[in-house]
Amino acid sequence: MKDTRLWLAQNYGPLLAFIVFALMFYTFIARHPVGLTVPVATTAANKAVLLALIGMAQTVPVLTGGLDLSVGFMVVMTNTVASVIVVGSPLQTALGVIGVLAVGMTAGFINGAIVVYGRLQPIITTLATGAVYFGIALFIRPIPGGTVNYDFADFMTFTVFETIPTTLVLLLIVVVFIWIPFRRSTLGRGCYAAGSAEGAAYLSGVNIDRSKLAAYTMSGLLCAIAGLVLTFITGSGEASGPQGATFTLASIAAVVIGGTSLYGGTGTAIGSIFGAFILRTIDDLLFVFDLPPLWQPLFQGVVLLTAVSLGAFAVIRIRNRLDLFQ
Amino acid sequence: MGMLRAVDKSVIIAWGFVVLLLATASIVLQTGSFFSSQYLLQQLQIATFLGIVASGAMVVILLGHIDLSIPWIVTVGGMMSTAAAGWWDPALAVPFGLLAGLAFGVLNGVGVAFLRIPSMIFTLGVNTVAQGLMVLHTGGFAPQDHATDLMHFLAVGRTVGNIPNAVFVWVLVGLLIVFMLRYTPLGRYIYAIGNKEGATYLSGVDTRLVIIGCFAISGVCSALAGIMLAGHTTKAYQAMGDPFLLPAIAAVVLGGTNILGGRGTYAGTIAGVILITILQSILAVMQMPEAGRQVIFGVVIVVMLLVYGRGQRVQG
Repeated sequence: MKDTRLWLAQNYGPLLAFIVFALMFYTFIARHPVGLTVPVATTAANKAVLLALIGMAQTVPVLTGGLDLSVGFMVVMTNTVASVIVVGSPLQTALGVIGVLAVGMTAGFINGAIVVYGRLQPIITTLATGAVYFGIALFIRPIPGGTVNYDFADFMTFTVFETIPTTLVLLLIVVVFIWIPFRRSTLGRGCYAAGSAEGAAYLSGVNIDRSKLAAYTMSGLLCAIAGLVLTFITGSGEASGPQGATFTLASIAAVVIGGTSLYGGTGTAIGSIFGAFILRTIDDLLFVFDLPPLWQPLFQGVVLLTAVSLGAFAVIRIRNRLDLFQ
Repeated sequence: MGMLRAVDKSVIIAWGFVVLLLATASIVLQTGSFFSSQYLLQQLQIATFLGIVASGAMVVILLGHIDLSIPWIVTVGGMMSTAAAGWWDPALAVPFGLLAGLAFGVLNGVGVAFLRIPSMIFTLGVNTVAQGLMVLHTGGFAPQDHATDLMHFLAVGRTVGNIPNAVFVWVLVGLLIVFMLRYTPLGRYIYAIGNKEGATYLSGVDTRLVIIGCFAISGVCSALAGIMLAGHTTKAYQAMGDPFLLPAIAAVVLGGTNILGGRGTYAGTIAGVILITILQSILAVMQMPEAGRQVIFGVVIVVMLLVYGRGQRVQG
């Protein structure tokens, strides 16, 4: 009983995000003319998983008390790289996928190295590296184009056993084989420690530098996976600045809605997944409720502002006003 | 000692880099025109938009917050001023544009100060709301989007010799900000909050009102830049503020202001704005493709900050 309560208290944010998402998705399906069929679920899953991966990528640096404003541009960059090298025979495609993941991890590692060894603020570091990664993407694809191994892309964007969307399986694999082991490793715990109380963690002998490096590298890796999914969905590469910026902003929103503190130390990538799902479902709801297109951006903005303002209820419960200033 | 502290290292390095950039470009392109008063005045005029936006961004950054709603508040300033001229009277254009910026700034401030939502996410939400309203505004009502004569006059007119009026607007904004930061209690509170809000609150300052005030200043500055930009291009248009957010933050930080708040001078921000404007101009003159411009822009920011902007090592 006590354990359950503790678990609930610790996972309040992600749980709330899950419930909100479930209600929204239920409404979406109930209003949908066709209902929950495999194609509807697959389309919804493909777009949602892309955003969920980007949200997860943002979560790890945020946990350390940092921020990664370059996530959107790492996705765009790996998208353009994938549109060049994920082609040809199965072996070539596999090598291409590994290459894309390596590019993402390198980009993330560079962010981490500048933050850790250069001792620059993460916000401004990733602001600058984001411009560099966008420049590289433009260099690779000055105009949209390229292609991808279509058989593989088809497989990745359709279903397993003709029922479960493949991208959902991919997300599950990422959670089980990347996120959970990382969360439980010394490196992962170090990320939480660094975000919670950097000085105390340092004095306790936690290798903060290594944890932060790992956090940004992990962010790059997750962005590369997202970049691959984007390439599979679009079947080409595009160096789009607005898209990169949108991804970055959506990733921060997903993290916050998923219950992770922007000040670091608490939260989980699982919450960000549901945060991202909520963001995606907002758009789907606008579609099924036939909102006039002109009203959609405003509605999205108001919903986003309301969603992040829900955290303000904690303010009302605070007894000592000094607690506000932490 | 006093002089040395007032002109801190980052300002000197930033100005040094500006001269270095101009000299390098002159040698590479075999021309002296980069040092001509005509070129420099033209750059100064272009820099005013970024300069005014960065003034507001700096005040918020000094608090330890950030204003990500700059892009669409700039657009709000441009669109609301031109629309007001169409709805009522051209004389109301500038005041109404500023008022709209003020309203969004206050909204930001209330969310951050009273609801205690991190500025990074709240201003992001306000940016989206402002965008939504502007899309609705332009799509639904086909408003006037042409700048008034006064807006033209402010942005491109020249009254005193060859100096663009826009430069005087920036000088006025700059003087007001410097006066506020250096000689008023509000300025002291801003630096104090940037260092430790709890301590400032316990010293008897209603820090929440200060925060609202700063976001209001940022909103007004963004809107003013939007009004002048509309005067410069003769029209207000969607997403006209998008190219300003990142350069504004970069200019403030390159000028030596601590992104975590509490430290920074307006002289630094001016240097940062000029540096970024000259850098962008020279890359454009050299016909550098967009890809190369982005890479160089990012690398310059990182390298300059590695030279003088490094933080303290963690020690318990």
